[in-house]
Formats: sequence, structure tokens, C-alpha cells
Amino acid sequence: MHLSPDEIIFWQYGFIKLNVTIVTTWGLMGVLVIAAKLLTRERSTVLERSRWQNLLEIIVTGINQQISEVGLQQPQKYLGFLGSLFLFIATASLFTIVPGYDPPTGSLSTTTALAICVFVAVPLFGIQDQGLASYLKEYLKPTVIMLPFNIISELSRTLALAVRLFGNMMSGTMIIAILLTITPFIFPIALSVLGLLTGMVQAYIFSILAAVYIAAATRARQPAPE
Amino acid sequence: MLIDWFTVAAQVVNFLILVWLLKRFLYRPILNAIDAREQRIAAALTDAEAKKIEAEQERTTFSQKNQSLDQARAALMSQATAEANTERLRLLDEARQESTNLRARLQESLNIEQHSLNEALARRVLDEVLAIARKALGDLAETTLEERMVEVFLRRLPALDRQAKETLAKALKTQSDPALVRSAFALSNEQCRAIQTAVNETFSAEIPLRFEIAPALISGIELATNGQKLAWSIADYLGSLENAINDLPKTQSEPETRQGADA
Repeated sequence: MHLSPDEIIFWQYGFIKLNVTIVTTWGLMGVLVIAAKLLTRERSTVLERSRWQNLLEIIVTGINQQISEVGLQQPQKYLGFLGSLFLFIATASLFTIVPGYDPPTGSLSTTTALAICVFVAVPLFGIQDQGLASYLKEYLKPTVIMLPFNIISELSRTLALAVRLFGNMMSGTMIIAILLTITPFIFPIALSVLGLLTGMVQAYIFSILAAVYIAAATRARQPAPE
Repeated sequence: MLIDWFTVAAQVVNFLILVWLLKRFLYRPILNAIDAREQRIAAALTDAEAKKIEAEQERTTFSQKNQSLDQARAALMSQATAEANTERLRLLDEARQESTNLRARLQESLNIEQHSLNEALARRVLDEVLAIARKALGDLAETTLEERMVEVFLRRLPALDRQAKETLAKALKTQSDPALVRSAFALSNEQCRAIQTAVNETFSAEIPLRFEIAPALISGIELATNGQKLAWSIADYLGSLENAINDLPKTQSEPETRQGADA
């Protein structure tokens, strides 16, 4: 019984090691990229198109729409980052229906890595949008006294992102593993279905929160909505 | 330790690679396809809009043309109706005129026919009457009547008016041949002498006479010379009567024709 897929190590050389998390992540990346490549291979620009292309278009335009609903003016600029967050986490959750699969998002290292990415991306997008000085001034608002609290807020929400996703994903696999030892039949399936649902919800929450943070960092220049 | 920092770093790199790969293979092609489709749709919509406007214009043009055609048709129709009415009235007038003419002609020909029938009838009656008269008078004629005729002739000869007497005298005197005296029956020598004497006395000259029998006179006597004739005979009377009867239809036909035209 182990808490994290990081603990299963296939190969190690010094501090460099190949554990289940990294390998599974590569697998998921391969699946995503190959699927995208295959499904967009015969893309059409006319009204008639294949079902798979329709599905991909629904996913991409859906993500786009969600981003713009959060308040980001040019969703296509953030689509690569936020869309990849959602698709990666959602795919990682979706594969929990495969027996013996450990989602990489069930590892605190992966969720931390994703949270760090958000932690870095937020100021980057903010600076890109409104300039370094203007972005840094946001930390001094409403008064200078708020500076430490703003910094704490940045750090704590990154930690919250990482731990929330990890806790949800890890608990899902843990509960199924525990239930399998007690009631090997119906309950694990029901919990598995529930796990799928929570996985999707977590993917949505993670990417929407990232979008909200980015929107907060880039919103300063935009006129307040009436 | 739950966090393996090498794994964290590796996952960050993995995620960044994934972002790049998905951008490259998923978002860009899909968004490009969507953009291209939207452009096509926009172009199609613009095209449709242009076509709609064009169709609207065409429709307006056609409706205007239709309207003008309708107006022209109505104008032509009314003109044709008016012309047809005029033509109808003209034809009716013509037909009426024609029928009037025909009726007039028919009436005229009827009149002519009636007239000629009347004439023929009159002629027939006249001929019959004359024939009966001739026959009756011929049956009655005999020498005693002839004698009375000669007497009347002799009595009337001197009673001739002056102009007639002069004209006859002139004709008798210029005549080289003897004057012809015709009678229905043979005259006795006495009668011949009496006539010779009366003629000589009347014209105060010696007039040679030649006597001839002419049964066509029926009864009576006639003195003819050089185109002049003095006659007193029943044939002469009948001839006068015939002439008078022949003249009668001419004087009557004029009022009859006027009556036919009024009808």
C-alpha cells in the first residue's frame, strides 16, 4: 500500500529516476497528442465534417467559451495553457476506469508541478498584459500594508491548488483500493463512477481557478463592467 | 516525503512540452478549421445577402414590368373594345343600310313587276277590246254604213279648220301623182264623183284622185297625199283610242312609283 505513484520506481541513476508518475504522464501525453494528430489529420473547413472533428471542435470551443466567461478578453491567448491543464487532468481522471492504473495527478509531485506552473504563469500573463511596474503595483493595493498579505495569498492559493487536486485524486484511488479489499464487487464500480465524476469536477475546478487567477492579474487595465 | 522534487521538475517540463504539443497539434488546426469555416459561412452569408438584394431588385424590376404590362394590356384591351364597338356599330349601320337598300330594291322590282304585269294585262285587255270592237264593227259595216260615212266625210271636208286646209292644199298641189282615196268597200261612181267635186271645191283646184279599196279601214274613208292624210274611219278612231290607252300607263306610273318608295 503506497500513498503516491512516485514511490514505484522503474529505473534510477543518482537523483534521476523514472517512476510510475513520469511514465504514466508520458503515456497520457502520447495518447493526447496522437489522438489530436489522428483526429485533425483529415480536418475539413466546409460544413460537412467527421464526428471526431466535431467532438474536438466542441471541446476546444467549449474551453474557449469557459475562458471568455471567466472574463479573459482574448481566450485564444490562454487556450494553450488552460486547455492543456484541463485536458491533462481530465484524461488522467478518465483513465481510472483502467484497472491497475495510477493517475499521475494522484501524486503530490505532479499537482505541485501543475500548481507551480499556474503560480509562474499568473504573473507572466499579468506582466505581459499590463507591464512589470503596473503588475507589481497591484501588490501594493489598496495600501502598502497589504503587500505581505498579497504575497501570502499568492503562495497559499498555489498550495491550495496542489493539495486540493492531490487529495481528491489520491483519495479516489485509495478508497477504491480499500473497498476492493472489503467488498470486491458492486461498491468499487460505484465508487469508480463517482471517482470519474470528481475527477472531471477537479479538472474543471483546477483550470477555472487558474483562469480566474490569470483574469485577476490581467484585469487591472480593463474598465470595470457596468 | 510526498513531494519528490525531481518528479516535480520533470512534470513541469512534461506539462510545458504537452502545452506546446497540444498547441501544435490540437488547438491551432482546430481553431484554423473553425476560422476557415466561419469565413466560408460569412462569405456564403454575404453572398446570399448580395443575391437576396439582387433578387429583390430583380423582383422589383419584374413587378414594375408586370405592372406596366398589365397597364399596357388594359389600355390595349379598352382600345380594342372601343374599336370593336365602333366596328360593330359601323357594321350594324352598314347592314341596316344594306337591308334598307335591298328592301327598296325589292320593293322597286316588285313595283316594276306589278307595273309590267298591269301593263301586260292592260295591253291584253286593250287588244281584246279592240279585237272585239273591230269584229263587231266589221260585222256591222256594210254599204249603207259606207254611204253614211262618205256623207259624213263630204260634210266634214269643207268644215276643216283653215290651217289644216292650207297644209293639205299645199300638199295636194305640189303632188304630181293623183291623190289616193281609200275606202273599206268599193265606192259607186256617184260617190266617187261627189268626193271629186267636194275635194275640188274645198281646195279650189282640179285635184286628180285615185280610188282604192282597203278592208283594214273597217269602215270609213281616207284621203292621203304626199305624206298628209285626212281620214274618217273606224280604224282611225280605234287607232286614236289605242294611242290614248297606250298613253294612260305613262301618266299613271309616276304616282305609283312614288307610292312604292314611301312604302
